[in-house]
Amino acid sequence: MTFTVPSELEAELNELITHYPQKRSASLMFLHALQEHFGHISKEAVEWTATKLELQPINIWELVTFYPMFRQEPVGRHQIKVCRTLSCALGGSHTLHKHLCSRLGLDSKKHGIQTTQDGKFSVEFVECLASCGTAPVAMCNETFHEAVTQEKADAILSECR
Amino acid sequence: MSTAANPETKPAPPPVETVRIKVDGRDIDVPKMMPDWQGKLQPTTMLQACSLAGAEVPHYCYHPKLPIAGNCRMCLVEFGTPMMGPDRKPVLNPDGSSKIAKSVLPYEPGTPRGAIACATPISPGMEIYPGSTATRQMREAVLESLLINHPLDCPICDQAGECKLQEYSVEHGQATSRFVETKVHKPKQVDLGPRIMLDDERCILCTRCIRFTKDLVGDDALGIVNRGSYNTIASFPGRTFDNNYTLNTVDLCPVGALTSKDFRFQMRVWFMKETKSVCTSCATGCNIVIGSREDRVYRYEPRQNDVVNASWMCDAGRLNYKWIGRDDRLAAVRSSRTGARSWPAVLSEIAQTLRSAPRGSVAVIASARQTNEELYLVRKLATHLGAMTDSVPREGEGDRFLVNEDKNPNTNGARLTGIAFTEMGIQIPKIAQAIRSGQVQTLIVIGEDVTQHGIDSETLAKVSTLIVSDILPNETTRRAHFLLPGCAHAEKRGTFVNGKGRLQRFLKAVEPSGEARPEWEFLKELVEQVVGPTGYTTIEGLFNQMAKDVPAFAGLEWAGIADLGVNLAI
Ligand code: SF4
Ligand code: SF4
Ligand code: FES
Ligand code: FES
Repeated sequence: MTFTVPSELEAELNELITHYPQKRSASLMFLHALQEHFGHISKEAVEWTATKLELQPINIWELVTFYPMFRQEPVGRHQIKVCRTLSCALGGSHTLHKHLCSRLGLDSKKHGIQTTQDGKFSVEFVECLASCGTAPVAMCNETFHEAVTQEKADAILSECR
Repeated sequence: MSTAANPETKPAPPPVETVRIKVDGRDIDVPKMMPDWQGKLQPTTMLQACSLAGAEVPHYCYHPKLPIAGNCRMCLVEFGTPMMGPDRKPVLNPDGSSKIAKSVLPYEPGTPRGAIACATPISPGMEIYPGSTATRQMREAVLESLLINHPLDCPICDQAGECKLQEYSVEHGQATSRFVETKVHKPKQVDLGPRIMLDDERCILCTRCIRFTKDLVGDDALGIVNRGSYNTIASFPGRTFDNNYTLNTVDLCPVGALTSKDFRFQMRVWFMKETKSVCTSCATGCNIVIGSREDRVYRYEPRQNDVVNASWMCDAGRLNYKWIGRDDRLAAVRSSRTGARSWPAVLSEIAQTLRSAPRGSVAVIASARQTNEELYLVRKLATHLGAMTDSVPREGEGDRFLVNEDKNPNTNGARLTGIAFTEMGIQIPKIAQAIRSGQVQTLIVIGEDVTQHGIDSETLAKVSTLIVSDILPNETTRRAHFLLPGCAHAEKRGTFVNGKGRLQRFLKAVEPSGEARPEWEFLKELVEQVVGPTGYTTIEGLFNQMAKDVPAFAGLEWAGIADLGVNLAI
């Protein structure tokens, strides 16, 4: 399978490079854009980015592996992020995470993001989502949910198609 | 005549500007500027100053030939600077000396705040305390944190014995570990490239390997992936770490993370004898240390020589040692004429043949892989016999870092001793022609398979006397009437002149196989029997005589070449 970036996206990224004094400064923006388009960042995407920015693949790979928000593998269509920083941890985020995992048949003890076999859901812990007063909080895709009880969590899941 | 008009008189070098500092209470004047990794003058660092004061500061990430990274913190030292009053004038003690303000934590003035010596420039009046209690505590703390996730598998680690983590832990660390939590596990046997194995658990993330391959070789192949205590040295998945200099990262790695696939688990380093030598695989002549034990060579490592190879060597040169111990080495001296099998008998038979050879009926092809001393002796013989001489050119690929296109280690020596002309090999067709025409009856070959270099077997079959010295068997040695087994450089002493005209000497690491002898020894005996007495018995004496006879070596003595060699005025 060859890796191709649609020409509109490539044009957008070419323009992006011009915003920075050095090409390599555009690395993170490239990765965000590619992940948004492809859903994850493949090795080919890393090589493509490196070539565009006149870098070596390892330079980009360092970034991809550093930030957990960059997906190295395809993830579920619906991505649920549970906050686990202090307020939420005290407010029950671990119970929430465990509940979501057991509902979806995932192993809550595993490190990192977990995806269901049918590729519908992914669940992961993240750090502070900046709504510490309404702990525990979670995000489902781009939607923010506060004071997530188990009932609320079930409702969130059933809304996902 | 005024001296200024005399072009011979060099202007006196400008005085070096110095800065007075104190290291552990002792005054010392150190240069204000010192060379950085590229040799450019930069403000002197605390680490350089301490080293001048004789106080070595332990360090991992710092290496004099690499850009400074300042990431390991091992070089932390306590220090202070002269205290300034509100008028920006130094505050003085009652005795008139400057009052020193020790560097402390701003929020906790009782606690000393160290600085990394490798990256902190000195300033006038600065006091550095590499021997203080506070410095010792900083080192202990750094080592403790480096060992948190370290597997402590020294007994099965190939670096043991030359590991900085071991050494510093003994010197500066604590005897016991306070860490009771579970260690982070990382990949243990990563096949990083064709010659390199990586153990990520042992890595202390100093980035020396990354900087070397990126900034010196120009192959930006390595990086640190993942985050925090999961940090791991890696190449991009699917790409191997493969350039001609990868093995230098094994030398640079202060711990047992990067190991050489060729050398790992072959020999414990403390059993090996180290011999100063020179690489023979190209005209660069990188300085090396041969590691050997019981007459077997186990490895070559680069030896620092800033005018030749800095601290590096190429992988190809480093691994080109196995032939020395090959089983099929020529090990027996023989004459196929009389069946003689002892050195004295064979040499006197050769001498007899040469003495009765008509002038001009002998030709010599002597390799530019032989030493100056050997080529000088060959030249003496050739002059006496009126023989044509030449060497075999050996061209290959070079690069911009170290590797020379000339694969002979002593091309310049062959020229200076008068064996070869500027254009090496130009005489060989003439020699071949003279053999075919019957003018040349006797051919002396030292260290080459001439059937591969312009004198085919048919031509070779025409000579009535073929005298050959070599190390490994080949078509020429098979056809020899007289066979004289010679030595690898690791088995003898001698000198080469590298591509840039630097005379370098190498010493003997191992004994030759069987009856093989250093070529200079038997060549000297031949010269004595054919030409006349020589007046020396040692390599030193031979060299010193050569220096008297060969203008390019004028004024030199064996002892004066020392370990790093001398530039010839050529
Ligand atoms: S592999 Fe060795 S040289 Fe490279 S970062 Fe780790 S410890 Fe340093
Ligand atoms: S550059 Fe030449 S002399 Fe140096 S190690 Fe390589 S082959 Fe040997
Ligand atoms: S701690 Fe969860 S939103 Fe801040
Ligand atoms: S030697 Fe590593 S920080 Fe100075």
